[in-house]
Amino acid sequence: MLRLNTIKLKHSKNTENTKTVCLPVPSYVKIPMSMHMGAPCEPLVKKGDRVLAGQKIGDNEALFSVPVHSSVSGTVKDITDYRMINGAVCKAVEIEADSEQESVSYTPPQITDKESFIRAIRESGSCGLGGAGFPTHIKLNPEKAIDTLIINAAECEPYITSDYRQIIEDAESVLEGIKIIMKYLSVPKTIIGIESNKPQAIEKFNELISDNSGITVHTLPSSYPQGAEKVLIHSTTGIIAEEGKLPSDYGIIVMNVSTAAFIYKYSVTGEPLISRRITIDGTAVKNPLNVIAPIGTPVSALLEFSDTDTNKIRKLIAGGPMMGSCLISTDTPVVKTSNSFLAMAEYNEIKPTACIRCARCINACPMSLMPTELEKAYHRKDINALLKLKVNLCINCGACTYVCPAGRKLAETHQLAKTILPRNK
Amino acid sequence: MKNLIVSASPHRRSEVTTQKIMLLVIISLLPAIAASAVFFGARAIALIAVCCSSAVLFEYLCRRVMKREQTISDMSAAVTGIILALNLPPTLPYWIAIVGSFIAIVIVKQLFGGLGQNFANPAVTARIVLMLSFTSHMTTWAVPGSGVSSDTIVTGATPLVSGEASLTDLFIGNVGGCLGETSALALLIGGLFLIFKKIISPSTPAAFIGTVALLTWISGGNVMYQLLSGGLFLGAFFMATDYVTTPVTTKGKVVFGIGCGLVTFIIRKFGSYPEGVSFSILLMNILTPYIDMFTKTKPLGMKTIKKEEKKNA
Repeated sequence: MLRLNTIKLKHSKNTENTKTVCLPVPSYVKIPMSMHMGAPCEPLVKKGDRVLAGQKIGDNEALFSVPVHSSVSGTVKDITDYRMINGAVCKAVEIEADSEQESVSYTPPQITDKESFIRAIRESGSCGLGGAGFPTHIKLNPEKAIDTLIINAAECEPYITSDYRQIIEDAESVLEGIKIIMKYLSVPKTIIGIESNKPQAIEKFNELISDNSGITVHTLPSSYPQGAEKVLIHSTTGIIAEEGKLPSDYGIIVMNVSTAAFIYKYSVTGEPLISRRITIDGTAVKNPLNVIAPIGTPVSALLEFSDTDTNKIRKLIAGGPMMGSCLISTDTPVVKTSNSFLAMAEYNEIKPTACIRCARCINACPMSLMPTELEKAYHRKDINALLKLKVNLCINCGACTYVCPAGRKLAETHQLAKTILPRNK
Repeated sequence: MKNLIVSASPHRRSEVTTQKIMLLVIISLLPAIAASAVFFGARAIALIAVCCSSAVLFEYLCRRVMKREQTISDMSAAVTGIILALNLPPTLPYWIAIVGSFIAIVIVKQLFGGLGQNFANPAVTARIVLMLSFTSHMTTWAVPGSGVSSDTIVTGATPLVSGEASLTDLFIGNVGGCLGETSALALLIGGLFLIFKKIISPSTPAAFIGTVALLTWISGGNVMYQLLSGGLFLGAFFMATDYVTTPVTTKGKVVFGIGCGLVTFIIRKFGSYPEGVSFSILLMNILTPYIDMFTKTKPLGMKTIKKEEKKNA
């Protein structure tokens, strides 16, 4: 079998043995109407309304969208424009929380067949919790028949342990979630992919899985980026997904481990996605930990909770150190896709020097691209070369930039190169 | 609170830098430098020092004159100087060595744009220019242990020509020849160190040395003798593995190595020069852009457009 290129990273999983704690309900939350991939929601509430926890406050009639629920009980202070991390602007509902945390009366959804299952999943507000935020009800409703469910528990980014803690603290929910999906989508086989640096999680699953359940645990090598969808599919099944094809074209669904756990919990309680587990770590954080925080909580509340000296922070990252995005303010709210916030005390600007053609980037690229050639093609604005070198396949994992001894910003250049490509190609 | 810094991912970088790579190359050359001191005495060390310092000086002056950013701290010029010195006979007058550094650094490297831009290996090209310009100086081989002051010098033919040296002497380097190429053992230690440290890929030296061995064996020559004498190990481990002037993919490196081996064998067997390693590397340097063109990686899951589809389009 072809071996994909990967790189070795220091794991820095400082929080892997700390039990998750619940964040006290913050006094104020800001809930963006777009926390998922797809059409942003329209607010269903207006300024001055009293809302309850779990109440739907945003929705969109478009199929490719996910409703938004309030994470607290309180009063809508305002509906404002919010600039998201990706630079786009959406509406956000700002709620001043009262101390009651009164919630709507949750009722478990009526699930009898695939159709009602998909409908319930949409109502739950679920989207991929791993980071991309793909709507779960779309993922679970592919045109083609599915024979393999792959559960992504690789968690290959340094620092982040929120998925790992989910497994250690509540592997049962993960497995129940898997079983529900297998039942209603008639999926015969599930593979849970976990990196070898998490032996306790692997053991836990192996203990709980019965022999004839169709669920197996696949130990992945501890290398980056094992959690990237294409790499994970290849590592677990040997299939190389062709350019432009979806996993479902190969009868595969890839789902994050925490999303699977959420599906189970929703199916028994009816409580929509209004909180999630987040890793708070980084060199400026005194007390790194995992918290369960309401969606919309400002990052500043998380930093305070983890005894972080905000004066020390030079860089604040949403996500992991390899693919995460920098935040410009500690007011940024927790969203459905926030798996981690890293507060870094140091920042060494690296000045790029000449490319020495050492080919480390080529040997690091999991997609077998040639980053050094792509960089040159971008600088001469050579669209044909960029298309031929398949810059569109770049998954922005950052491995090329990481290994470059000349400190060149290769991954960044690839993303810029994608923007100059003609559309529909 | 200070303003937060915003930059594109990744936010973490590997600790390997160009400077560290060059430093490791210098470390890997230490056994060969030590061997040259053992066999050729203090003159060898002096020649290495002259080459290295003049190479760095030329790099500094050149960047200054061209009003470009200084690059001597990346230590690539020092590496070029040392490798050039190892390619010179121990008796060579210092001024010729300095001419060699000038050719390597100024003409071959900086005039083409500096580190990363030159198409030919600076040390190899400088050696060839010196070889053609100062042939008698460049082919006066001091015999190890004879001392290298001008009145006591004893010169002998390179073992590649004379064919008179025991394999053991060839292996440890107790023969006449260039400073750094006589001791196969010292070069092997340095080369394996670089492979172990993942600085060079084993494919180029393996393909290069393997091809010479295979062709020698087929033609009925003495395989071990051909491998251990001349500049094969120095070339295969330290010059045919230069990042800048050799192909980037593993496939390309293998093609490059085979090409070097083939040309070396042909020159050694049929050419009028006793040694062909430098010429083979330079020739393959020139072919590198073409090798690169035909040995690109295949992007994962790339849609392959079939010929018929192309015609229809």
